[in-house]
Amino acid sequence: MDANMRQGRVVVLLDKQGRIIEDIDTDQIFHNAHLHITDIAQMGSYALGNLEVWKDFPKTGREGDILIAGRNFGAGSSRQQAVDCFAALKVGAILAPSFSAIYFRNAVNSGFPVLKIHGLEALIAGAGIVTGDVIRFDVRLGRAENVTRGAALKIEPMSPVQYDIFFAGDLFKYGKNIK
Amino acid sequence: MGQTIIEKIIQAHSRDDAAAGEVVWMDLDVRSARDFGGPNVVKNYEQEYGEAAPADSRKTFFTFDLCAPACSLKYADNQQACRDFARKHGIQVFDVDRGVGTHVMIEEDLARPSGTVVGTDSHMNILGAVGCFGQGMGDVDIAFAIKTGQTWFEVPESVKVVLKGRPSPAAEAKDLTLFLCRELGTKKIALRSAEFYGEAVRGLALSGRITLCSMITEMAGIIGFIPENGPVVADADASYAGLVELDVSGLPPQVAVPPSPNTVRPLADVRGTRIDSGFIGSCTNGRTEDFARAAEILKGRGVKKGVMLKIVPATRRVYEEMLERGVLETLFQSGAIIVNPGCGGCAEGHVGLTGKGEVQISTGNRNFPGKQGKGQTYLAGPAVVAASCVAGEIAGPEDL
Repeated sequence: MDANMRQGRVVVLLDKQGRIIEDIDTDQIFHNAHLHITDIAQMGSYALGNLEVWKDFPKTGREGDILIAGRNFGAGSSRQQAVDCFAALKVGAILAPSFSAIYFRNAVNSGFPVLKIHGLEALIAGAGIVTGDVIRFDVRLGRAENVTRGAALKIEPMSPVQYDIFFAGDLFKYGKNIK
Repeated sequence: MGQTIIEKIIQAHSRDDAAAGEVVWMDLDVRSARDFGGPNVVKNYEQEYGEAAPADSRKTFFTFDLCAPACSLKYADNQQACRDFARKHGIQVFDVDRGVGTHVMIEEDLARPSGTVVGTDSHMNILGAVGCFGQGMGDVDIAFAIKTGQTWFEVPESVKVVLKGRPSPAAEAKDLTLFLCRELGTKKIALRSAEFYGEAVRGLALSGRITLCSMITEMAGIIGFIPENGPVVADADASYAGLVELDVSGLPPQVAVPPSPNTVRPLADVRGTRIDSGFIGSCTNGRTEDFARAAEILKGRGVKKGVMLKIVPATRRVYEEMLERGVLETLFQSGAIIVNPGCGGCAEGHVGLTGKGEVQISTGNRNFPGKQGKGQTYLAGPAVVAASCVAGEIAGPEDL
């Protein structure tokens, strides 16, 4: 497959009432009780550990899953662990209408794919994207489709700097080639 | 075309065109890490760069403010790993005795008007209070910044927030800030720089500017500036992505109720809610003025029996000022628990933790579910927290 293409099963972060969860903050993603952990391999088991409904995600999620969350994902603290915990679980990507600035940078700099998705509210209201669906998208062009439902999705392509860091591997590797 | 404040500051630190929306390489005047994030910064640094020296050790700092002194063996190890790295490279450490890193940087004149400062603290943008571009970053970013002295950054758009009128005399800087958390939510200045104008902010002292700028993070903004009477101003013909006008005339005290700093009500709506504990401190309200206001209210009244009031000065200098002005003695006599300087109330291992069922009123900046424990946290200004601790229920000074 084209290196720019990504495909995976989606997991849509809904609350008990079936609404997409917005403003998920870093204490819900990776609680401050575990901030002393410095080994990425140990971080996966705490992912979403303080988010109602989703505390079992480290057990129920599968490698390559694509998480879909509401706007302002990753609000709150600057902790890198809130990104690394998903990398540890080999989550394929996170899609949301928007991310907190620091969270987005942390993901970009560690080479973890985060992308903005458009029209999410309407998609969820119309059952256009449901946990278990398989989606496919091009990180460079933003072309995307829900393979299960045969419908197009709108994803914002990576910015040039995000794309370059992503394909270099991370900010460190990218930095070695720019000076 | 003229420049906004953020464009001006970034332009002064970049050879690229620092117009909003552009991704530029930016020189960093100060790069720092603390005891959250710091150990991972060191780990990343050594993994990527081995023994190589930082770009400039004199511009690199560690600030230990979260678990100070170490509240667990793991933090003791983590802090020592940072100290060892700092010693090896000749980097200054503001150790566990000094207090909140951002405040120390203001006191030490490391955060200067028009400067650029990064660190592993999402409230680094507090430095907007002194016209400095402070930005919180993760440990990959900071390791790279320490090694190279620079970072990439997308120059944010700016929003002009114009406040009309004057809040009620009972309202403190925190009340205005909480009102803005409600009105701006996490959308109106999201991912943007905010410039605040108007009578309500023009006269704010440094402590009040810190309070307002500290909660830009909770509004999902990049940073906030208060240009009037401040050291850095925007050009008259600068271009803004938005204008928000808000009437704050007669604004009464405000309280953020669970579950977020953006769910804010007037004090009157929650008055009488029983509390178990109070907390005064944090990077948002940890200045001498904040404690002096609380002391005025507590003097001669005292904390109600059965209520815990926890006091955490932002820095050692604040602690010293409290000693000199008799504030510390008044707080002690009133029954408050006084702890050494630091962040104190915001994370596990701290004095601000709540048990299941506990109701806390705090001058902190976040009350997300589970953040301080299983209890319920309300956010308010120092006057309301002090009065509530006298009454044993949420109250303002006028209720006593």
